[in-house]
Amino acid sequence: MKTIEEIKAAIEAAVPGAGVEVVPNPSPSAQHSLRLSPERAVEVARFLRDDAELALDFLSNVTGVDWPDREVAEKVKVTRTVTKIVEGVEQAAEETAEETQKRVEPGYLEVVYHLFSVEKKYGPVVLRMRTVNRTDKVELPSLTPVWRSAEFQEREIYDLFGVFFTGHPDLRRILMWEGFQDHPMLRDYVEPDDFEYEPTAHDEVLARAQAHEAAVAGREGTGVGQ
Amino acid sequence: MVDEALKIEMGKQGIVVTSLQELYNWGRRGSVWPMNFGLACCAIEMIATTMARYDMARFGAEVFRPSPRQADLLIVSGTVTKKMAPQVVRLYNQMPEPRYVIAMGACAISGGPFKQGYNVLKGIDRYIPVDVHIPGCPPRPEALLEAFITLQKKIDAQPLTGEGRPRFLDAAAQGEFPVPVPGEHDLEPASNKGVWPVPVVIR
Amino acid sequence: MTVSGAIRKMKPEGWNRPPLVKLDSEGELLEIAMGPHHPSTHGVFRMNLTLDGERVVGLKPEFGYLHRNHEKIAESISYLACMPYTDRLDYICSLTNNWAYALAVEKLVGLEVPERAEYLRVILGELTRVQNHLGATGFLIQDMGASGTPLMYAFKEREKILDLFESLTGSRMMCNYMRFGGCRVDASSAWLDAARKVVAGLPSFVGEFESLLCTNEILMARTQEMGILRRELAVNAGVTGPLLRASGINYDLRKVDHYGIYDRFDFRVPLGEHGDVYDRMMVRLLEVRESIKILEAALKDIPGGPVMDSKAKNRGLRPKPGEAYGRIEAPKGELGFYLISDGGPNPYRYRVRPPSLINLTILEDMCLGHSVADVVLIFGSVDIVLGEVDR
Repeated sequence: MKTIEEIKAAIEAAVPGAGVEVVPNPSPSAQHSLRLSPERAVEVARFLRDDAELALDFLSNVTGVDWPDREVAEKVKVTRTVTKIVEGVEQAAEETAEETQKRVEPGYLEVVYHLFSVEKKYGPVVLRMRTVNRTDKVELPSLTPVWRSAEFQEREIYDLFGVFFTGHPDLRRILMWEGFQDHPMLRDYVEPDDFEYEPTAHDEVLARAQAHEAAVAGREGTGVGQ
Repeated sequence: MVDEALKIEMGKQGIVVTSLQELYNWGRRGSVWPMNFGLACCAIEMIATTMARYDMARFGAEVFRPSPRQADLLIVSGTVTKKMAPQVVRLYNQMPEPRYVIAMGACAISGGPFKQGYNVLKGIDRYIPVDVHIPGCPPRPEALLEAFITLQKKIDAQPLTGEGRPRFLDAAAQGEFPVPVPGEHDLEPASNKGVWPVPVVIR
Repeated sequence: MTVSGAIRKMKPEGWNRPPLVKLDSEGELLEIAMGPHHPSTHGVFRMNLTLDGERVVGLKPEFGYLHRNHEKIAESISYLACMPYTDRLDYICSLTNNWAYALAVEKLVGLEVPERAEYLRVILGELTRVQNHLGATGFLIQDMGASGTPLMYAFKEREKILDLFESLTGSRMMCNYMRFGGCRVDASSAWLDAARKVVAGLPSFVGEFESLLCTNEILMARTQEMGILRRELAVNAGVTGPLLRASGINYDLRKVDHYGIYDRFDFRVPLGEHGDVYDRMMVRLLEVRESIKILEAALKDIPGGPVMDSKAKNRGLRPKPGEAYGRIEAPKGELGFYLISDGGPNPYRYRVRPPSLINLTILEDMCLGHSVADVVLIFGSVDIVLGEVDR
């Protein structure tokens, strides 16, 4: 079995300019992954499937992951000029201080592919692709023309996450009904308010129950009903 | 009504005294045919109940009919999802009277372990009236037999006139239950208020 | 020559199979929906068939009628609390689901499983495989029209195995028995004796089952040359399990991945030649025979010792950030779990790789040109469980 660096070298030799990088996996499973850039992904996939040595002919699993925007607090050394009073005379001096700066790392949707080889009996080789952001630029190339097993799984990722796969033969909702509007597996999905509240609610269920009853009272003007 | 002890005495002499209600209900409860309606895991326990070991046929559930037009009992076994709920209500509407519903398993009663689901209907009794609930996940086959016997006792106790008579003898009773429509975020309506009075919670 | 080849020679002569009809461009196509309420669809599954007379010209499967958003629930509960939910995925084989999840977490955290626990896992896994394959064959023959009796035979054996599960794990179906680093409770010697008795009775039952069914001319005529799946398409479509092996591809995860202690057992992998419904049924029955061999060996050699790694933490497990993909050979195919951990008590992303869903990818290819009655059989031979397809 080749290591992840050898596979990366083979891809770069066959598909120049492919834009592949290794994403290490810190857990004991040591299943490192290769991040592909979406532009040449289909060519890389075809090479991985058809190459005589790699022979990755079996796509086992396609997963969607939602990485929302993250606030990152960093300690940064900042140099500033400050006026100080030295021996009665105002002077400009430089001062370095450490302060925490917050910035927002933009979120994205990620699609992870687990590949195995039935011929050579090894695996898994993990590929990843990321979208530009979570809201409007969510297109990725579909790998269904290369491995047929991605057909239903990519439809499911479209249904539950909203990733649009270009080149998919039949991209429509698979688990939810056709007129459904949301993408439920996203981290900021709000469930519809149909929870039947128990009499002995506590913690977050109690908070939801009280919010629900307040909403109902506001709508209908009585304390009873839904 | 004749006193029970007197009935037994006369029975020993070979004289049977009964009422029309008893005879009528005896015939009805002795041959309740369920519909072949399994949704999820509870369906496998329902199938196991019809197999040779637990044998539901000896209680009258002789055949399981796949067509709703020929069935008397709808055993909702398994999680009812919002995608499937309109189908369940339609099937219930197509069953001719007298018809009964057993909600088998925690999922059919109230959503069960999947209550936190955006696609899970929190109990089939939001849309159709349920006669017997069986708790369990999944309930044992003996529990399903117990529920069946409970249903039979319930049928036995139904009077033919007056309050509590069966729906087909009541001209004003609702026969057709409205079918929910899948909307953009949820089913519309979220529940059938005539069937499921929302529990009043006093905190 | 394989076993199925030998039996195939006994096919009755002169059986006429109507040729595949070319689509008459002047005729009308009929679109009907088969399901979600249908006596033969093994659950709430819908197939939108496009028919030319009685022949299928197009088939689009539609599911989601049992989508209970297991993956979303798992993001808000702890790792251990996800274990009972895995029972409800493939609800006929709950113990193998538990095993696959425990394996994935053990890969994520890096846990070792004691010997006795590995043997118990193998014993329970193979018992699950036996009762699943017998039930699947029983359901297939019921779909063929033998209403009830073969299924009752299969369920008779299944009840004996379920009694074993109940006395060990507490529940007939939703066992919730495997833990990260071992098993929940130890099996007593009385239980092992009862298991040996059940396993001793299995070979004669399987022999009786086979002799009643496999040479039946109606069964052979209806299942041979039906729903053929080509080898290349099978691999490319991600098909696994008995469906893949019936098309002739030797890919059994017990031999390929060397997980657990399967390397210690001497068993063969039955392969089919033609990839039709008959081959799938025979592969399942032969796999039951191989499972019996593994069971006899495991029940003989099981050592003493603990069943749980004493250092393994189940409650309050907080794996370090990382990800892992663990898979096993479940009775339906390759069942895999992909877990991403961010260091918290709940999984960040929990994904089930359902064998039944992926095996359905080629349902349309297998059913084209056949009649509606054959679609029921081909679908039954794929052996799916909707709890897994929809999760």
